Amino acid sequence: MDIPRASHPVIDPKLRRVGFFDQPEPPHLPDSPPLDPVSSVIMPPPRLLSERTAAVPVPESRFRRHELDDQMPIGSYNPAGITISPTASITSSSAGIIDGEFSEDCSGTGWFRGSELSFPDGRLDLSAVKPHEVLAENRYDDAVNVNNLRGGTEKKHEAVKVCPDTPSVSQPLKAKTTKAERRALQEAQRAAKAASKANGSSAVAESGKASPAKSKKQSSQKKDGPPVMSSVTIDKKSGNHPSEKERKKDPPPQQMQFDDQNRVEKAKRRALVNQTEARNRVELFRHLPQYEHGAQLPNLESRFFQLDSIHPAVFKVGLRYMAGDISGVNARCTELLRALQNAIIDYSTPPEKVLIRDLTTKINSYVSFISECRPISISMGNAIRFVKNRIAKLPLSYIDAEAKAALCSDIDRFINEKIIIADKVIVGHATTKVRDGDVLLIYGLSCVVEMILLSAHDLGKKFRVVVVDSRPKFESQALLARLMAKGLSCTYTHINAVSYIIHEVTKVFLGASAVLSNGTVLSRIGTACIAMVAHEFRVPVLICCEAFKFHERVLLDSICCNELGDPDAVATVPGRMDINYLDNWTNKENLQLLNLMYDVTPSDYVSVIVTDHGMIPPTSVPVIVREYGQEHYIT
Amino acid sequence: MPDVHILVNEFVNQLKKRKIEGSQATAKQTAELLRSVISQQRVPQTNQATALINAVRAVGEKLIAANPVELAVGNIARRVLHIIREEDLSLATAAIAGLELSAVSDDEDDAERDDYPVLSAAAVAANARNTLRPPSLQTLLEDAPITAAIPHTSSSGGDSEGKSRSVDKGSRGRKLKHDVIEAVNELIQDISTCYEQIAEQAVEHIHQKQDRSLISGSDTLIWIFFPGEIALPSCKSMAEVFVLNVKQKRNGSSKTVLEFLCAAKEKKRSFKVFVAEGAPRYQGHLLAKELAARGLQTTVITDSAVFAMISRVNMVIVGAHAVMANGGVIAPVGLNMVALAAQRHAVPFVVLAGSHKLCPLYPHNPEVLLNELRSPSELLDFGEFSDCMDSASGGGSLHVVNPTFDYVPPKLVSLFITDTGGHNPSYMYRLIADYYSADDLVVKRRPAIGS
Repeated sequence: MDIPRASHPVIDPKLRRVGFFDQPEPPHLPDSPPLDPVSSVIMPPPRLLSERTAAVPVPESRFRRHELDDQMPIGSYNPAGITISPTASITSSSAGIIDGEFSEDCSGTGWFRGSELSFPDGRLDLSAVKPHEVLAENRYDDAVNVNNLRGGTEKKHEAVKVCPDTPSVSQPLKAKTTKAERRALQEAQRAAKAASKANGSSAVAESGKASPAKSKKQSSQKKDGPPVMSSVTIDKKSGNHPSEKERKKDPPPQQMQFDDQNRVEKAKRRALVNQTEARNRVELFRHLPQYEHGAQLPNLESRFFQLDSIHPAVFKVGLRYMAGDISGVNARCTELLRALQNAIIDYSTPPEKVLIRDLTTKINSYVSFISECRPISISMGNAIRFVKNRIAKLPLSYIDAEAKAALCSDIDRFINEKIIIADKVIVGHATTKVRDGDVLLIYGLSCVVEMILLSAHDLGKKFRVVVVDSRPKFESQALLARLMAKGLSCTYTHINAVSYIIHEVTKVFLGASAVLSNGTVLSRIGTACIAMVAHEFRVPVLICCEAFKFHERVLLDSICCNELGDPDAVATVPGRMDINYLDNWTNKENLQLLNLMYDVTPSDYVSVIVTDHGMIPPTSVPVIVREYGQEHYIT
Repeated sequence: MPDVHILVNEFVNQLKKRKIEGSQATAKQTAELLRSVISQQRVPQTNQATALINAVRAVGEKLIAANPVELAVGNIARRVLHIIREEDLSLATAAIAGLELSAVSDDEDDAERDDYPVLSAAAVAANARNTLRPPSLQTLLEDAPITAAIPHTSSSGGDSEGKSRSVDKGSRGRKLKHDVIEAVNELIQDISTCYEQIAEQAVEHIHQKQDRSLISGSDTLIWIFFPGEIALPSCKSMAEVFVLNVKQKRNGSSKTVLEFLCAAKEKKRSFKVFVAEGAPRYQGHLLAKELAARGLQTTVITDSAVFAMISRVNMVIVGAHAVMANGGVIAPVGLNMVALAAQRHAVPFVVLAGSHKLCPLYPHNPEVLLNELRSPSELLDFGEFSDCMDSASGGGSLHVVNPTFDYVPPKLVSLFITDTGGHNPSYMYRLIADYYSADDLVVKRRPAIGS
């Protein structure tokens, strides 16, 4: 932890950004190194630049180098990636050439054979990384200029030389081997392009044009256009290390705002699922999709065999989402990943297409389908982003079978490491906090919390559980039944009575849907109430949450980002036939029912967050996000 | 008399079985019952007030024992006692004044009475007054002239039988009873109209606050314990009103809401109301339906969404089950949570309460002692969980907790609106002193001890 933390100052995008903006130098575009993914992961030049431009004392930079070395294993999870880097970087030199041609069409497949693998990678990097990278490079160049008063191509060599023993092992390697030729080729090629575009961002747009698949993604990223978009993360595709910078510079993409007529129209045209708008929508939540729930289910089911574009496994998951069969982020995430895995296994690269690009498009369309069925939660976005990053970083030399195998094992590993093993670690941490005689309050349905209770029970700890439930789902009843079956002593009550029962409670265990980087916890609606009351009565609140649910977004209230459940569920009370005042509520124009799914718990109500990285205070969440967040995308 | 016993027993049964819900309904019925007790009570020639007090107290004790958490019963019994004392006092004062007059004209009486220590008699009267009335400025001012003005007098009404009053006795006994019954009728009237009065204030609040504003009072369903009440404010463009647990009244009283709405509408205030469901009783559903039927934009939210939504609300208005002397509120379950959330978001938390809900007691551990656990069947279907209970016989046990009330400490309450106006929580004790005699506060449950 210390080491990564210390490396922060190196990456300080915001400061530098100010300086960059007022000196746009499009001509320098060619300088942007067509980094191959691996090398960029390890040590992008811009980072060094930042040191320089910041006039950081030399000793510090040496210190940093060690850090970086240490960091490498973390960052480059896949050793295969590293070994391949030299070849990749070499081949990538050809990427530039292909660039132009590709826009016309993908010509012969045979032609592609050699370059195809390298090509998309190069492109990906460029489009994703270019703008900032370029700026950084420019800046660097300038700095060098000032110092050395050298120019021309030499400059580029200088760039490498100035920091001859750059921390990263592979970077100098790659840079030296390929630099000259690559630069030359690209320079020529890009000069034309650069000339046509005023700045880096338009360059990106252009490059997007060149490759249709890419363009779609790009545009979505830039303008938050696609309907589906509901997850921030979907379009975060830039996977390599520099992307960290990039991510930090770019404000997170906006979520689709459903009160924007134009976008909604566009979205509708594209949507596979023709959701009907709910009647009696709640004004305050116009920005969220408000559909009639369940209405589309039969319809979709009947189209099962017609929707060729959607893989059956994905389709099934989508339907189950829609029907509400799967709930809980872990379960949803696992199911989604499994479905994507199936889809990947069955995938074969169509002729004239590139696996990386085509598969990414496919995945995008799957994800958008899924999110039409049910909006994707913030932390699921992390998983999706992971998959896309893995795809983007597939070594170009892989053939389909290899690529698919790699992806599948990646996904397996994600599920295993980030969910299953993480849960075990969390359980291990959390059970140490359960003591004999404790009364633990739990709320909602969190599988981690359930595992903690069962594990503590198995350890022979004597404690009592207070299960708090809430309308309209009464999720905890199933949990209650399971706990009872295991022989735990339980007390069951509803959320309104929490301030009555809290007097006997000694600890509160809560699950989370996502933990945001300002320390707030996004969780099942009602969690905030529980945490608030517990805080008021001085009862510690432990949030149990896997680290993959940490997200860099921030939220202040529960209004802006939420999900609306089925309002009809509010109108009826199962088992209480006498409560029927709200039947036919849709006919009353003044009446709306609001069934929110999530709420946001302020960080000051949270005593500790138990994650697979240990037990941390909510203030440390951004640190985890920053230091370990990369893992999600890289490993 | 047998009639009364029957009535009392019937009412006690109802209370025990919790057939009567809602503090307003309970209060009203209690008052009516006590009225008939008083009217049927045979009044002795002497000590009529004491006789009435004892009778009322005996009945009141039974009623309180029948449902100790329904504080309205005790409140009403105490108020009736207070009424009796007040009436007795006013009769006594009148009698004294009369005596004084007669003393001027009739020296014979005076002569007979000379053997009584004059001053001590006056002191007795003054003492009686002091004990009967709260120590208000008015009482103090009254006292001085009266004691001074009546140098010679007999001990006051109930305690002595002056020969001079023998003529009056019969009529006085009847008069006391009559007056008390009149006063109790007024009390009943007050109880049934308190919501209109509260609602009227709501309209005033709207006037005063123009755009931002507020409230309606409403109240309680009769058979519901939760009184929830209501309403809210609107803010300029996104006017919203938060209505929590509102309860509607059954009949006439719904006028209040209506009036409020009409007033609001006429002024073209646009505001919206969020209604929490109020599980496990779901009075919020009923309330929402009523509000929507009256043209108010109403949104029903689940109780768990209170924290999420409260940040967008301008005011939280709720009903109460009882208001304690310290300004704490016994409220439908869930309101403590709402109050905390309101405090967190700095949203005013307004409690509407009729004066019959003012309880002169200070709460001790109110969450437990002033609470009532209801049937688990409201939360869990026994059928589903009977299995668990069997299998759990090995070790697990299941308790289902379904409390009825919540205690909201005074610090969380921004304002009380009662039928006598708006008050701060810290002022409640004083308000209570206006309605109750200090003598009755504790004695209630131990009638054996004399006043």
